Amino acid sequence: MSSGGEQNRNTAVPADDDYHKRTREQVYNSLARRYRKEKLFRSLGMLSVVFGIVCVVVLFGDIGRKGIGAFWNTWIQLEVTLDASTLGITPESTPDAIQHANYDAVIKTALLSRFPDVTARADKKALYSLVSSGAGDNVRNLLKKHPELLGQKQVIWVLADDEVDTFFKHTRKLKLPETERSITDKQVAWVEQWIASGQMEKRFNQLFFEAGDSREPEQAGIRSALAGSALTLLVTLLLSFPVGVAAAVYLEEFAPKNRFTDFIEVNINNLAAVPSIIFGLLGLAVFIGFFHITRSVPLVGGLVLTFMTLPTIIISSRAAIKSVPPSIREAAFGIGASQMQVVSQHVIPLAMPGMLTGAIIGMARALGETAPLLMIGMVAFIVDIPHGITDPSTVLPVQIYLWADSSERAFVERTSAAIIVLLAFLLVMNGAAVWLRNKLERRW
Amino acid sequence: MMQDTQYPEKTVGIPLVDDPKMTMRNVSVFYGEKQATFDVQLDIAKNEVLAMIGPSGCGKSTLLRCLNRMNDTIVGCRVAGDISLEQENIYGKMDVVPLRARVGMVFQKPNPFPKSIYDNVAYGPRIHGLAHRRIEFDEIVENSLRRAGLWEEVKDRLDQPGTGLSGGQQQRLCIARTIAVNPEVILMDEPCSALDPIATAKIEELIAELSENYTIAIVTHSMQQAARVSQRTAYFHLGRLIEVNDTERVFTNPQHKLTEAYITGRFG
Repeated sequence: MSSGGEQNRNTAVPADDDYHKRTREQVYNSLARRYRKEKLFRSLGMLSVVFGIVCVVVLFGDIGRKGIGAFWNTWIQLEVTLDASTLGITPESTPDAIQHANYDAVIKTALLSRFPDVTARADKKALYSLVSSGAGDNVRNLLKKHPELLGQKQVIWVLADDEVDTFFKHTRKLKLPETERSITDKQVAWVEQWIASGQMEKRFNQLFFEAGDSREPEQAGIRSALAGSALTLLVTLLLSFPVGVAAAVYLEEFAPKNRFTDFIEVNINNLAAVPSIIFGLLGLAVFIGFFHITRSVPLVGGLVLTFMTLPTIIISSRAAIKSVPPSIREAAFGIGASQMQVVSQHVIPLAMPGMLTGAIIGMARALGETAPLLMIGMVAFIVDIPHGITDPSTVLPVQIYLWADSSERAFVERTSAAIIVLLAFLLVMNGAAVWLRNKLERRW
Repeated sequence: MMQDTQYPEKTVGIPLVDDPKMTMRNVSVFYGEKQATFDVQLDIAKNEVLAMIGPSGCGKSTLLRCLNRMNDTIVGCRVAGDISLEQENIYGKMDVVPLRARVGMVFQKPNPFPKSIYDNVAYGPRIHGLAHRRIEFDEIVENSLRRAGLWEEVKDRLDQPGTGLSGGQQQRLCIARTIAVNPEVILMDEPCSALDPIATAKIEELIAELSENYTIAIVTHSMQQAARVSQRTAYFHLGRLIEVNDTERVFTNPQHKLTEAYITGRFG
């Protein structure tokens, strides 16, 4: 049998010089073609990478260019007289009366004394509209802090109106004709006077991070949306991580492998591909329709996003559990560890980095999710900052959606600014995922 | 040509002993439809080293892993027949956790936990509640490492990861981890196949020492190793136990043609 094999091999592979030469030539001939293919593939790959980078740079650049302005706002210096009769209060007034005093009148008086030649009613109105409708708040805060200033003259800075803000920050240097800008030549003249006397300046827009939503762009902030997002994500994380990990551990380690568990596995994979708005509908029907939980609250939002995140966490946790080397499992079993001890003392600690990475990626997706939250009413106009999971709130992406829909020009840059904040959050979360994985990953 | 050789009706030699620690009667193991061993009758005597040899796929590892039910985790694996540890059927009422504490296992590839050397050895006693105070653990760890011949090499770095040791040291650490729970039987599944000759020699020395206190069953591909460490040798072929005899006899005067063919290197 073995000698027969030798014979066969001799006939199949003739070992003469001619044959060697031919083989060599064939190999050399095919070289050019092979390298050409490799080159083509390489350049294609490079091209797609370059395309991707260009897209990202354009996107980030555009958002950054549009949004960076929103991090500064415009302030106007006014000399106000805290006159008791104008305010409609007396030194003995209650705090409640001070709260509701007529601060707008003080602002108006201050404006008129700055530009004494304004007398016509229409001009006065145009002048008043240069400061924010929230300018009175600046005066109120001052008086509440220092009630002894009543009746005195004070130099204070008040917030400018969003049109003035836009003009001061952006359109002023463009020297547009009156028809193409939203403030009149007269208003521009007043603004120029302020600028000339140093009574108008740009400051860091703290309000953007401290205030809730507002109809006035200069007073609008993302604080309520941020708090809403944080509360919603907290609910999502607290529900989806333990449930997802428990489900993954059970399916991988304890469940019998049969048709039923196969069916479950297939359906978990299917769930991961379900459009998120469907989860919103489900949440609307179940939590609001059946359980009668309030609309627009982070509790429901978190529950809906839990539906959406669970499959991601289960799938990545199962992959992480599967990647724990069987030798570790064997070692623990071989020494008499029970199934539970093997799982809790060996499998879960070793799978933890993978599970956490999956969870954070799921959370990042949940943070950017809008559609299902629209279904459960988190698309509301929220001024107050939510403090609990049952306070009405909105989330960052929904806030972006709302602002993008607003007609005021100044919301354009606020939309982009909110996107910048959202992206920063996503980057931080993804960075945390990478950091956690590197920190917890153990070699074996 | 080997296919023509008849299997013996009954295992050749002396499969059964007077004072068995573990007994196997009519053991057939199935992986789904495939039968891996056929009606194996074999005893392991107290404090002996039994070597199990045979070509790849002969069922020796499968059988070894039945002895502490490590095959339980394999889906579709079924064991027919009777395996007993001191007359008690291990597939009957006996719980698998105490069984594995009594019948320990050392694997082919060293598999220390990704924990410190100390925690590797202390793990078994900890989960079985064999010790409670730190000083008791210290004692068990030191004794086990000493018996595994590793103490002198690692006593100054017990807090370092066990995975940082060399291959041979890792395998001795795994042996120390196994003997830390003081098992009655130690199963070794080709414990030296991933080691260099010097590390192998150390493990073999260790096996000889351990056989004073423990009953050992070792699966090996190295006939020299079987000859060096064991008192009895069992030869398996395609799931059948062909011959069991005193090791010296098997290697000098095999009774069955298949055994002879294998040990003379005509296949393997």
